[in-house]
Amino acid sequence: MLSFTYFFPLWEITLEAPQYPEGLGLEIWINQMQGQHPGDLNKINNLNHYIGMKTIKPESIPELKIMPWVMRGVMLLGLLVAATGRRSWLTFWLLIFIAVAAAGLVDFYLWGYDYGHNLDTEHAIIKVPGMSYQPPVIGAKKLLNFRAISLPGIGGWIAIGSFTIGLLVWLWEMRRQRKPATNAA
Amino acid sequence: MNAYRSIIITSSALLLLMLATFVGCSKKQEVGGVGDAPAKVYVAPGTYDEFYAFMSGGFSGQVSVYGLPSGRLFRVIPVFGQDPEKAYGYSEETKPLLNTTHGFIPWDDAHHPQLSVTDGQTDGRWLFINGNNTPRIARIDLTTFETVETIEIPNSGGNHGSPYLTPNTEYVVASTRFSVPIPQKDVPISSYKENFKGTISYIKVDSATGRMNLAFQILVPGINYDLSRAGKGPSYGWSFFSSYNSEQANTQLEVNASQNDKDFIAAVNWKLAEELVAQGKGEQWPASYYHNYMDAADVGKSEVMSGVRVLNAKEHPGLVYYLPTPKSPHGCDVDPSGEYIVAGGKLAALIPVHSFSKLQRAIANKDFDGEYDGIPILKYESVIAGEVKEPGLGPLHTEFDGLGYGYTSMFLSSEIVKWKIGTWEVVDRIPTYYSIGHLMIPGGDTKQPYGKYVVALNKITKDRYLPTGPELTQSAQLIDITGDKMKLLLDFPTIGEPHYAQACPATLIKDKSKRWYPIEENHNPYAIKAEGDARVERDGKTVHVYMSTIRTHFAPDNIEGVKVGDKVYFHVTNLEQDWDVPHGFSVMGSTNSELLILPGQTRTILWEPKQAGVIPFYCTDFCSALHQEMQGWIRVSS
Repeated sequence: MLSFTYFFPLWEITLEAPQYPEGLGLEIWINQMQGQHPGDLNKINNLNHYIGMKTIKPESIPELKIMPWVMRGVMLLGLLVAATGRRSWLTFWLLIFIAVAAAGLVDFYLWGYDYGHNLDTEHAIIKVPGMSYQPPVIGAKKLLNFRAISLPGIGGWIAIGSFTIGLLVWLWEMRRQRKPATNAA
Repeated sequence: MNAYRSIIITSSALLLLMLATFVGCSKKQEVGGVGDAPAKVYVAPGTYDEFYAFMSGGFSGQVSVYGLPSGRLFRVIPVFGQDPEKAYGYSEETKPLLNTTHGFIPWDDAHHPQLSVTDGQTDGRWLFINGNNTPRIARIDLTTFETVETIEIPNSGGNHGSPYLTPNTEYVVASTRFSVPIPQKDVPISSYKENFKGTISYIKVDSATGRMNLAFQILVPGINYDLSRAGKGPSYGWSFFSSYNSEQANTQLEVNASQNDKDFIAAVNWKLAEELVAQGKGEQWPASYYHNYMDAADVGKSEVMSGVRVLNAKEHPGLVYYLPTPKSPHGCDVDPSGEYIVAGGKLAALIPVHSFSKLQRAIANKDFDGEYDGIPILKYESVIAGEVKEPGLGPLHTEFDGLGYGYTSMFLSSEIVKWKIGTWEVVDRIPTYYSIGHLMIPGGDTKQPYGKYVVALNKITKDRYLPTGPELTQSAQLIDITGDKMKLLLDFPTIGEPHYAQACPATLIKDKSKRWYPIEENHNPYAIKAEGDARVERDGKTVHVYMSTIRTHFAPDNIEGVKVGDKVYFHVTNLEQDWDVPHGFSVMGSTNSELLILPGQTRTILWEPKQAGVIPFYCTDFCSALHQEMQGWIRVSS
């Protein structure tokens, strides 16, 4: 199931403004970052240059190279756990999953923080005192004339779904193991 | 005798004109567009019109794009005329589209827009339009609304009956309005009858790319060929051309070309012509003509073509027949079924309707009434299906609603007349303001008209608008045809002469509209793909500035090292990849125009500095909050 995360974006940042009735946004995939529509990345970079934000170049983001390996590891481990059918291994897998997800979100926050705060103030055209442009990790936030909305993409929901299934199996297994115990007592 | 007849004809024509004036005056007080009309034409802010309408700009050489039913103007597409707004015909990329064997001609008289068709139905791919004056046909791409191709028609004295399409856009036609010596030669004009000829050209259209290619010409008797329609359904494989001046007069045509009681509609079997050409029939004639097109790099190219295959109509039996048609017919229209061919006899008091099945029978039975310069004339009685009696004065053009009715424009009596196919009875009429030429029903010339509206394209407006001096706007009028009675909904002004128009549902075009040119597909030889590639290069006395533009700066924005007498080419690439964000470019004292560069496009303009100094340049299209800062300087040294 996790392999589907290769085919759908994990996370989406949508930007809303009157001048973009046709929509504008970024999709974060497991191994790439791209616009929601053709040309969006170009438009976003062009807009960002007004506030002195760094140009987003997907090929220079190291996470996009590491993430597929991490995800492959989680998948492989998941298969091994399924093969063994041992609950303790499942516990271990779920903990790893949580750790990876947490690391991902923290990394995403730091990335957003870096882009939003680390501005080229010398060349910035629009300077608002005290203003930073960090997109929210999840939820919506008003950034100048844009409303930035950050939510999991289909791939993200699939990952959440995978984790939920793992968790349900873990709970079910726990209940099943408890039941014979109560019978014996 | 002749003089006597001339007097009678002249005086009856005068009477008609007086009558028309009288009729016009009596209707002057009427006001249209009342009742529920406002609700029927109101397109609320943020919503779309139902139809795109493409109107010819007549002597402006342009095409204008309107929405129906609102009558709102969306865009003017330059075709045969230079347009400083878009640098069309001024930029180095688009200049070649206006090349002809007579030189660079930045004007023409554009008459008949034609939307491309598949199986007799509008497909929303291309729009063709004729240049009447210096015979040409242009093709507009409806994904970009830009002119992408023009082709000159050799052996023609004026391209009027054009560019009417066959039902699958196999061919566009071009027929000679003015017959001339073909090939051209120095002869007395009075030798018209011996020396003057006409041609009907069939230009093949590539079904994938739309690219035009002159396939063959048919040499026909020297008369004026006026308008055309292709057959469809049972009449597929034929085209029909109205004609006048069967008298072959060469002077005082007003009178002398109105002598004969009947002129002709020429029925041309183009399928047979295609076969004859495939068999190698006809002769290869010398001819020289320009074929201009935007190439894969979006740069105009001109090719000088030579030679054309010519089929002489009188040497190929079955290729052309003449249908006698009363009094200098103008329009020539085929009904949706393909069975009826309707002519508008400008000076006739009836509308003759020919039958295609009767035409076939008459040919089989050899029901001929002699021949005209070697072309068989069919008997009027054998081919006529019916006559619409007393329709009004000056019938010109007919379009159809797909519900069994024809709508004919009446030039002299300034009205539209609705009549029933089959019974030929007039069922309704409505005044127009004033002197209607063509009329248009969306899809009204196709197999299945969309109906709903008829648009009157009027030559004069007199008291209809605020006056603007001696010249007043020409206009279109939108009339509701959904009920039994036609109802005037709206007047709106038009660009140049709204000669003819075509319309189709917006859905056929709007979703295919291009938003920008992908920069990675920009193959213009002077394009730059990134700001870092911007540079200035000198080659002798020529300077190439490779410039980029993006909100809100040019690169380079300081240019030095240019000398008086240099030729400076600004090759400006718009790096934007965003919808509706063109940039402009203009230099002070330019004797040319600005550039308007669409997102992802490269456009080049030539500038020749005449004196030393520092000259500013700037963006002319308000592009963002910092548009005013989008400027630079070029230093010119002596």
